[in-house]
Amino acid sequence: MEITVTVNGTQYTHDVEPRTLLVQYIREHVGLTGTNIGCDTSSCGACSLHLNGEAVKSCTVLAVQADGAEIRTIEGMAADDGTLHPMQQAFMENHGLQCGYCTPGMVMAATSLLRENPNPTEEEVRIGLEGNLCRCTGYHNIVKSVLAAASAGA
Amino acid sequence: MTITEEPATEAGVIGRRILRKEDPVLLTGEAVFTNDMKVAGALYMAVLRSPYAHARIESIDTSAARAIDGVRAVYTGADLADLWAAPMPCAWAVTEDMKNPPHHPIATDTVNFVGDGVAVVLADTDAIAHDGIEAIDVTYEPLDAVTDLEDALSDRVLVHEELGTNTSYTWNLLVEETDGAVQRAFDEAAHTVSERYVQQRLIPMAMEPRAVVAVPQPFGGDITLYSATQIPHVLKVMIAVTLGVPEHQLRVVAPAVGGGFGAKLDVYAEELLCVALARKLGTPVRWNETRSENTVASIQGRGQIQHVELAADSNGKLTAIRVRLTADMGAYLQLITPGIPLLGAFLYAGVYDLPKAYDFSCTGVFTTLTPTDAYRGAGRPEATYAIERAMDALAREVGVDPLELRRRNFIRAEQFPYEAFTGLVYDSGDHDKAATIAADLVDYDGVRARQATQNVEGATKRLGLGVSSYFEMCGLAPSRVLASLNYSAGGWEAATVRILPTAKVQVVTGTSPHGQGHETAWSMIVADKLGIDPADVDVLHSDTAIAPLGMDTYGSRSLPVGGVAVGMACDRVIEKAKQIAAHQMEANADDLEFVDGEFRVTGTPSKATPLAAIAFAAFTAHDLPDGLEPNLEAQVTYDPPNFSWPFGTHMCLVEVDTETGDVDVLKYVAVDDCGNQVNPLIVEGQVHGGVIQGLAQALYEGASYDTDGNLQTSTLAEYLVPAASDVPPLTLGHSVTPSPTNSLGVKGVGEAGTIGSAPAVMNAIVDALSGLGVRDVPMPASPNTVWHAMASATAPSDTATSSNPGGTT
Repeated sequence: MEITVTVNGTQYTHDVEPRTLLVQYIREHVGLTGTNIGCDTSSCGACSLHLNGEAVKSCTVLAVQADGAEIRTIEGMAADDGTLHPMQQAFMENHGLQCGYCTPGMVMAATSLLRENPNPTEEEVRIGLEGNLCRCTGYHNIVKSVLAAASAGA
Repeated sequence: MTITEEPATEAGVIGRRILRKEDPVLLTGEAVFTNDMKVAGALYMAVLRSPYAHARIESIDTSAARAIDGVRAVYTGADLADLWAAPMPCAWAVTEDMKNPPHHPIATDTVNFVGDGVAVVLADTDAIAHDGIEAIDVTYEPLDAVTDLEDALSDRVLVHEELGTNTSYTWNLLVEETDGAVQRAFDEAAHTVSERYVQQRLIPMAMEPRAVVAVPQPFGGDITLYSATQIPHVLKVMIAVTLGVPEHQLRVVAPAVGGGFGAKLDVYAEELLCVALARKLGTPVRWNETRSENTVASIQGRGQIQHVELAADSNGKLTAIRVRLTADMGAYLQLITPGIPLLGAFLYAGVYDLPKAYDFSCTGVFTTLTPTDAYRGAGRPEATYAIERAMDALAREVGVDPLELRRRNFIRAEQFPYEAFTGLVYDSGDHDKAATIAADLVDYDGVRARQATQNVEGATKRLGLGVSSYFEMCGLAPSRVLASLNYSAGGWEAATVRILPTAKVQVVTGTSPHGQGHETAWSMIVADKLGIDPADVDVLHSDTAIAPLGMDTYGSRSLPVGGVAVGMACDRVIEKAKQIAAHQMEANADDLEFVDGEFRVTGTPSKATPLAAIAFAAFTAHDLPDGLEPNLEAQVTYDPPNFSWPFGTHMCLVEVDTETGDVDVLKYVAVDDCGNQVNPLIVEGQVHGGVIQGLAQALYEGASYDTDGNLQTSTLAEYLVPAASDVPPLTLGHSVTPSPTNSLGVKGVGEAGTIGSAPAVMNAIVDALSGLGVRDVPMPASPNTVWHAMASATAPSDTATSSNPGGTT
């Protein structure tokens, strides 16, 4: 099936198998590999990206369902001049990542969280990110990063 | 030995909270993990895995798979038998008579665990390769599974019939001042406790599953293996041995690696298959592990039944310890499977001053389950769990506060360096200090007072405070000690420091980071030594063509071995540069000092030459001292004289709901002492992650098998890796007791959090419920498990507890 999507401001048209997941489409057809795959049960959130402005786990969406959608991936977060998005900056300043594999998904989920709730409590951040697993940080510095980004008005 | 509150080098780069240079590529999606690599013409491999824990393969029909458009090849074990020069490696024959059944990447006649490889498909895409394995028809003759450790010991069902037993080995460590000292101590003890604990199997669950890409050079014969591994160097040697690939034609690269925790410290079937098939076909072959494969086809951790007995005098001072372990090997011995319990064998006396009265024995047993191997801490969390839980049991027996009992037994600060009963020398420590800091942070006396008022009869929210003090034997390892344990490799680490003509610096390290921040930390060590900006240092690693020598990253070894090697290489470069500086400054080298990045004539600070000028002079080689080689570069291979011994005390405050069994962690305090801290930001991150992995063992995680050997927690939907909402914020404290055995005064920190935390959490839960008669709660302490522990304590019965760390129900 032919689909047309806009990813990070660029329009793409591809012929895809109906069974192709959005995450596979982004990685294998569009060629953007910043969106990672960490599970096969939609549990880990590593593949989170923004679909029409909202964070989704891109393994729960078929590519054909995204036909016509605006998609933003981790590659589209920093400014054109290379300036990190405030959420990326907050993760860096607060050591909110170690191996970095969950990080793109975390950043996408966290920015979506702040869009819905610009001034969350620590508890609200923890609950808001419960669909995204991290094995390295114990979440302590991830939560700190998101709260710092909220304070900075990200 | 000195004890300081502050980092040793206050003015330098060491000890500063410098942000990580690794982060920008990881934060923007620019980092290339193995699965991200774009490799033209690569065939995708998928592995058909056994659905049975134990079965004979009667027949395999691959015709339907071969007929699928896009499937390029299908191989069974028999098809590939000629490719293996040797079985898959186990590098640790712990005893001379250890049983190690041959293990090949694809099974031929029998399968011995769910997940054992049976056939492989190569196809144009990953999806077609998986279509291919779906189309293979295998007929199995099921055999009995054996999933319970004590059942396995009975040999009722043999995993490997040809061995005639399920026992792989029994390893003993008996240390007695005089013959019979242990038994006499128990006979004469005022107090004894005898405890049985089960270390459930855990799934390491690095967020990045494994991935492999093998790229051959069909005519030249060279081959490059890209793998999501912790051990590119070890892997290179092992692949050369196992496949007969000439080692000099093999290059192994670990691209960005998304966590390991021990599960990527191994030599896996898929790595061997991709290399072998890429060579056979002359085309790149790649494989991506799915999460459901990861839970069965990558190693699992823990899996022990521990019997620990303590003898003590009337004051609760330990007089002897006896330990009997049964350790679950799983179906095969992987790279260091049998040695894992031995890494804990020296630590069952924990941080305590024990006389020479120690009797340890471990039996490794085969089961029809996924092989076990190293998982964060590897043997040391298990040991610490046993002694720290048993110390609480002893405190109840003696009738003293658990912290007080620990203080009576601590090795005292003035006893360091301390020669332990095992002959190992503990480098430095101050347990009382760490415990005092932790007690202050948790408000120990205040909590005890609150417990007295809150934990009354009928209370539905009971407060519990758990203490755990630990020693970690890390920084693997002095090669001679490894030799004495019959380990097949050394424990050294290599480093090269190269000052480029423009005074930028390349560091080549044999460590292989996967989240630990070595690029930042090694840059800081170099910057501190050379008086330059850490941004001017590039750290090269994880590629055997660039960093040919190394022993890789595991066992909290990278800083105390690899980082120290980097510092030593800097010292050597400075020595060489000093000779050039002396020549050019027409001074005696002995009169020069190296300060703030320049050579100065001692006493005449105005006469100075910056290192940058020496670097360029070394490059042009126009005017060097006679006989001195051009360029500024030094290579060091450092074999540590001792392990490093980080330590600390953790305290956990919980509230247990007696109506639901729910455990709420109210506060978690971790005081860790890893000697001098190169970058406290990174140290704290390691402790945070480590603590939560241990807490997860205590509260959430466990690989659960049914009696047929099916993993019931085979996805992240069933295996409860905690989310942010499941865990508490952490309160960290620290002390700094430098290690006297290395030039940086550092100790490892990667595993410390995990080692300290599980017993702190479980001691807290038992403490909360001890008034109800609860003496033990098995891990993971789910609400259901806690509730049952309460129910069986109030209504005592002789119901046998499960003996299976796999959690057979």
